[in-house]
Amino acid sequence: MSALSDSAAGFLTIAVLVVALAAVHAPLGDFMARVYTSTRHLRVERFLYRVAGIDPDAEQRWPVYARAVLGFSFVSVLFLYAFQRLQAWLPLSLGFAGVAPATAWNTAISFVTNTNWQSYSGESTMGHLVQAAGLAVQNFTSAAVGMAVAVALVRGFTRSRTERIGSFWVDLVRTCVRILLPLSVVAAVVMLLGGVVQNLAGPTAYTTIAGGTQTITGGPIASQEAIKELGTNGGGFFNANSAHPFEGPTAWVSLFQVFLMLAIPFSLPRTFGRLVGDKRHGYAVLGVMGALWLAAVSLTVWAEVTGAGAAPQAAGGAMEGKEVRFGEVLTALFGASTTSTSTGAINGAHDSLTAAGGGVAMLNMMLGEVSPGGTGSGLYGLLVLAVIAVFLAGLMVGRTPELLGKKIGKGEVTLVALYVLATPTLLLVGAALTAGIPSLRDASLQDDGAHGLSEVLYAYASASNNNGSAFAGFGAATDYQNVALALCMVFGRFVPMLLVIALAGRLASQAPVPVTAGTLPTHTPLFASLVTVVVIVVAGLTYFPALALAPIAEALS
Amino acid sequence: MSRVLDLTRQSAAGLRLLVALTVLLGLVYPAVLLGVGQLVPGRANGSLITLDGRTTGSSLIGQQFGTDDDPASQLPWFQPRPSAAGTGYDPQSSGASNLGPNNADLVKTIEDRRAAVASREGVEPSAVPADAVTASGSGLDPDISPAYAQLQVARVARERGLPVAQVEQLVEQNTHGRDLGFIGEPSVDVVTLNADLARLGSPQG
Repeated sequence: MSALSDSAAGFLTIAVLVVALAAVHAPLGDFMARVYTSTRHLRVERFLYRVAGIDPDAEQRWPVYARAVLGFSFVSVLFLYAFQRLQAWLPLSLGFAGVAPATAWNTAISFVTNTNWQSYSGESTMGHLVQAAGLAVQNFTSAAVGMAVAVALVRGFTRSRTERIGSFWVDLVRTCVRILLPLSVVAAVVMLLGGVVQNLAGPTAYTTIAGGTQTITGGPIASQEAIKELGTNGGGFFNANSAHPFEGPTAWVSLFQVFLMLAIPFSLPRTFGRLVGDKRHGYAVLGVMGALWLAAVSLTVWAEVTGAGAAPQAAGGAMEGKEVRFGEVLTALFGASTTSTSTGAINGAHDSLTAAGGGVAMLNMMLGEVSPGGTGSGLYGLLVLAVIAVFLAGLMVGRTPELLGKKIGKGEVTLVALYVLATPTLLLVGAALTAGIPSLRDASLQDDGAHGLSEVLYAYASASNNNGSAFAGFGAATDYQNVALALCMVFGRFVPMLLVIALAGRLASQAPVPVTAGTLPTHTPLFASLVTVVVIVVAGLTYFPALALAPIAEALS
Repeated sequence: MSRVLDLTRQSAAGLRLLVALTVLLGLVYPAVLLGVGQLVPGRANGSLITLDGRTTGSSLIGQQFGTDDDPASQLPWFQPRPSAAGTGYDPQSSGASNLGPNNADLVKTIEDRRAAVASREGVEPSAVPADAVTASGSGLDPDISPAYAQLQVARVARERGLPVAQVEQLVEQNTHGRDLGFIGEPSVDVVTLNADLARLGSPQG
């Protein structure tokens, strides 16, 4: 085969990914819609309900649904914290001690909130059992919690005059058992064939070819890698995450991982369209997500291939922090996608991205991760912004705003406004404290000037939006940062979630408003464009001053 | 029911469900994959390579060839990229430099590396490719670019007393094009390349 030019290969890589996502989104989206509307319970599900003492046919009012979400997440944090602290006494600990309290607390919260920020280094901290039965289980359940809440919100639109928005337990269990588990098995087998490791090998010393010594650790990596991407989690088995050759051995495996992290978030709009009985509404949501994602990918690829900045110029290419087998294009594609979803896995060091490339990654998170966002959280995040869009449109033309036959009144707008304010408050206050207090700043900042500010902003954007990637030069392993970032993760996850569940309850209790000639159609390209503008304007107004001082200043200097 | 009581009740149900899910998703699922993995044992166990009957590491994980303290020890080998993993290529400490794109220390390091590689290979500094002067994301990158491999052929052939054509052929054999012709970048696996060199016998002996 004759070699393709660099740009042709890059275009083809992105085109193949888009085609694969387009091919999978309809069948996967339809399948998920059937999962959430099915009246049957599988045998294994009945067993799980019986163990937990849950009646799967009892639907919940929104406050009960919310308490189930909080209760489950609360015990998950305690369970995972205890698991890590007790590691030394458990099998397959590889001789590691119990994880230190601040790190264990940060990690427990990080994995339960679907953030998967890592203030530890996997290969020197976590044994195989904690990884597989502790951390990876939360990869499944935290993803499922997000999807459950998204489906509950959709039920708010599809149901009328009811207090009930579904059963959290059924949504959670079905997501794990019927969607995430089978897809993970398939994905893990594919990655095994690509060279991702799956064994229980502890640290093993080898004499190298030139006579040195090298100690290599294996582990149940493929099984964890599959759900790490599919569940938009992102917590790596190793410190280097998907850049590590045992997690990302080849370029096609890395591209497959990008596909996995985007597959469910890009299919949920189809599920939404099915559930509301009009696929066009799904397409409108998909259009917003897809346009933002493609713009982010294009900008990042351009930035990395162009390679602006003193270090890339000195080196003759932006290869610091990148693997040869991936190169600039695949690393940029991965980076843009991992921050557009709530994944946060990396196949190259984000701190060493060009100023523009790193800035786009940061902006992706600041948009609230809706392009396409995390599993479930992307869909509910975008629906919240659609509510704002109809509200704005209603103000402009002087009509009562409606979305999918539901009135957007004062109560609904209040919930949505609080949603939009919650994350930026955490992000900006958190970043301001570290940037403003000299002792905190000196303890954690690696670079001076604009890039140093970028490191702080990135850390708090990542934690507050539950992404989990980092400008890893930022020293996050101090006790203060472990605690502060964990607080941002908790509130950044559960405050928006509770507001969404409350919104679902309000919407479900309404009587439907009949569609009239005066109703703003919400499935058209015009409306999708309006939502896109809202996404950009809301984030832009909130973050432009901070961005101007950090990545923009660095890119222009 | 009071809210607090209900929250307690939901948490208790949640804990029981979490334990049951931990068995299914945290034990059964990875165990099944361990079984599947043993159908492709070479790959599932880390693509280990052997030399003269002993395992010398993984073809996926880069190694040091010679030491910086003794530059002469590096000369008979194709050199990998700079590494930020521990003291270099330490899988117990994977990771990148994480230095920013305008970090002055990084720029200085890159310039020093460029001068060192140029003098080692006896070429103009401008001929040294980017991967030769930058550390990878994992610190364990087993690969270098075909351009960096080409740069090293003459020196390795000289040090080992081998014909240049033979070394070039080995480089060719260890060069991987883009996956499926378009994914990623062409690369040369330094670990398998140096293993092939070692199989030819020790330098000049």
